Amino acid sequence: MTDQTSQNAAKLYGIAVSSGIIIGKAHLVDRSRVRILYQYLISDEQVKKEVERFRCALDKTKDQISTAKSRMPDHIKKHAFILDTHLMILDDTMFAEATINTILEEKINAEWALKKSIQNIGELFEQIDDPYIKERFSDVESVAERILRHLAGKNQDSLFDIDDRVIIVAHDLSPADTSALNPGKIMGFITDVGGRTSHTAIMAKSLKIPAVVALESVTLQVQEGNLLIVNGNNGEVLINPDDETINRYQEMQLQYERYESSIVRVSHLPAETTDGHRIATMANIEFLEEVVMAKDHGAEGVGLYRTEFHFLRSDTLPGEEELFEDYKQVAEIMAPEPVTIRTLDLGGDKFSGQLELSKEMNPALGLRAIRFCLKERGIFRGQLRAILRASAYGNVKILLPMISGLQEVLDTRMILDEVKEDFDGLKIPYDRNIKVGVMIEVPSAVAVADVLARHVDFFSIGTNDLIQYALAIDRINEHVAYMYQPFHPAILRMIRQVVEGAKKGGISVALCGEMAEDPLCTFSLLGLGIDELSMNSMGVPLIKKLIRSMSMAEAKADLEKIFQLDTASTVREFILKRMEPFRSDLGGKNLFRQ
Amino acid sequence: MELRKTLKIDNELGLHARSAAKIVALTSEYKADLFLKKEDQEVDGSSILSILTLACPKGTEVEARTVGEDSEALMEALDKLFKQKFGESR
Repeated sequence: MTDQTSQNAAKLYGIAVSSGIIIGKAHLVDRSRVRILYQYLISDEQVKKEVERFRCALDKTKDQISTAKSRMPDHIKKHAFILDTHLMILDDTMFAEATINTILEEKINAEWALKKSIQNIGELFEQIDDPYIKERFSDVESVAERILRHLAGKNQDSLFDIDDRVIIVAHDLSPADTSALNPGKIMGFITDVGGRTSHTAIMAKSLKIPAVVALESVTLQVQEGNLLIVNGNNGEVLINPDDETINRYQEMQLQYERYESSIVRVSHLPAETTDGHRIATMANIEFLEEVVMAKDHGAEGVGLYRTEFHFLRSDTLPGEEELFEDYKQVAEIMAPEPVTIRTLDLGGDKFSGQLELSKEMNPALGLRAIRFCLKERGIFRGQLRAILRASAYGNVKILLPMISGLQEVLDTRMILDEVKEDFDGLKIPYDRNIKVGVMIEVPSAVAVADVLARHVDFFSIGTNDLIQYALAIDRINEHVAYMYQPFHPAILRMIRQVVEGAKKGGISVALCGEMAEDPLCTFSLLGLGIDELSMNSMGVPLIKKLIRSMSMAEAKADLEKIFQLDTASTVREFILKRMEPFRSDLGGKNLFRQ
Repeated sequence: MELRKTLKIDNELGLHARSAAKIVALTSEYKADLFLKKEDQEVDGSSILSILTLACPKGTEVEARTVGEDSEALMEALDKLFKQKFGESR
C-alpha cells in the first residue's frame, strides 16, 4: 500500500514486530538471489580464463568465511562449526574439483558448471534417509550462493562495515546476516518479507530496536541514504518525510519514550484487582536474551517460551546439549518464578530450512506442532530430555502445542515417562513433579476441555490460532482478515467453556495469545476467570496497571452484559464505551483506532 | 603402504556433519590418503560430502583404508577418533 503525499515522499504499512519510533537514514542490503547465465565457451583461452575466474571466486568466498569466523563474538563462537563445514565444502573434491572438471570437459561457464555440481550432490543427498544428514545439502547451496555472488561481481556488503547509525532496509535478513552485524550501528530494520516470528523480528526485539516487516517492496522504493521514519508501534514507514512530519514524529518519539518509562516505573506492583483478585502476568519470550527485559517489565515468570528459534536459526538441528544449556539458563534466571516451555511448534506459517517438510495444501491443518513432534519422535524426545534436565534448575513447566484431543496427551506422556525412566537409571536429576499443560487452540480441544483437564496440570489458551480455527479465517488472507475478531461471541463462549472445564478439573487457565496484551480485552478476560495472562513483556506494565484499576465484581457484571450481545461489533462498541475512562492510562497507545 | 581396518560408529548421531568434519580434518594432517567403505560403496576420506553420502547411523561398520607413507599413524589416530565417539558425549 502506498500513499503518495509529496514528491518522492511515501508512506508504507507493514507488520510492526518490534516497538519504538526512529528517524534515520536508510542503508540497503542486497540479499536477492543471483540469476544464473548459461554460456558455452568457444576457445581454449576462454576455458582457461573461466577456470581462473572460478578459482578466484572460490578464494574470495573462503576469505569471506574465514573473516566472518574471526569476527564472531566469543559467546557465539561455538556456532563457528557451521562456518568450518562451509570451508570444508569449498575444498571438497565433489564441489570445487568437480566444477573445474566440468568447465574443462564440457566447455561451459563457471556458473553453469557449479550448478551442475550442486545438482549432482543434491541427487546423492536425495537418496539419504537420515533427515539430519539430508539437510546438510542446504549448506552446499548456501556456499554455492556465495560463490555465485562473487562470480556475478556483486558487492557482498557486510553489515559489519557500516559506519553510521542506519536503518537497515533488506528483502529479508538471515541469521548469517544478523550475526555479522554491529549492533551499535543499527537503528532499526525494515524488510520486504517476514512475519512476527521471523528472524528479523527476533533480532530486533533482542536489540530493543524498532522493526517493521512485510512491507512487500520497500527495497525497491527506498534508496540508499533516504531519510526514513519507522514506527514499530503500528507498522508505518515514511520515506523522505517533510520537515513538518519529522517534527511531529520527533514529538511522538519523545512521548512514547516518556510513556514507556513512566509505566515501567510501576510495573513491579502486582496485578491485583481493587477487590483483591490477583492475576499472574507473565511474559512470552522467544529466546534467552529476553528474560531480563521480561523481569524489568514486571513479568512474574515466563508464560510461554517459544522454542522454534533454535530450530530455525542455523542450518543444523540443535543438539540436546545446546537446548539444555539454553533452557537451564532461562530457568535459573527466572527461578523461583515459573518458566513454561512450549515444545516445538513448527509447521504452518513457520518455515524450516532443515527439516524436510513436504509442501502442504493446507499447512494450518497439516503436519505441525504436536503432530510433527509425534511423527519425528527423535527430535521430540531430544527436546523433552533437554526440558526435563533443565527442570532440575528452576521452576519449569512443559506446554504442548496444538493438542486436538486426549490421545496426543497420552502419547506424549508415554515418551515423557520413558525419558524419566532413563534418567532415573542414569541418576540424571529432574523435577519429578514437573507440570505438563496443553495449549487450547484447536476447537476440538475446547469441546473436550473437561476431559483434558483430568489429564493435564494446566491449560494455556492460544487465542491467535483458536480464533483462526474457530472462525475459519486465515489472518494473512487480506480478503477475510477483517473477520479475525477476538470479540466474536463464539470466541468468548469458547473461552468460557475452557475455563469451566478447567475449574471442574481443578486446574488453572492461562491465556497467551494477543488478546492477553490487548487492553480492550483485559476486563472481559478477568470476568471470564482467566488465572494468568502471558504476553510480550512490553505489554506487561500496562495490563498490570489496568488490572489494578478495576474490580472483579465489575468485570463479572460487564461480562453478563457482553454475553447478551449478538455480534462482534456490538461487543466491541460496548467495550470501547466502557474503556473511555481509562483512555489516559493507555497513554501513547492509539488503541481506539479501528 | 596400505592398511585396512574395520571401524564401528558408536556415537548416538552416527556419521553426521560434525563427526565427518573431524575425519576430514584429521586426514588433512597426514600425507596418507583415506578411503571409507560401507557395503560396496567406497568414498574419499578427505571429502566431507562423500562421507556424508555414506549415511552411517550409529552401529554401522565401515572399512577404513589408508594409503601412503604415514598410513599407519593415520589409521591409529582414526581408530582412536572412532573409539572416542568423535569426542561426543553420547
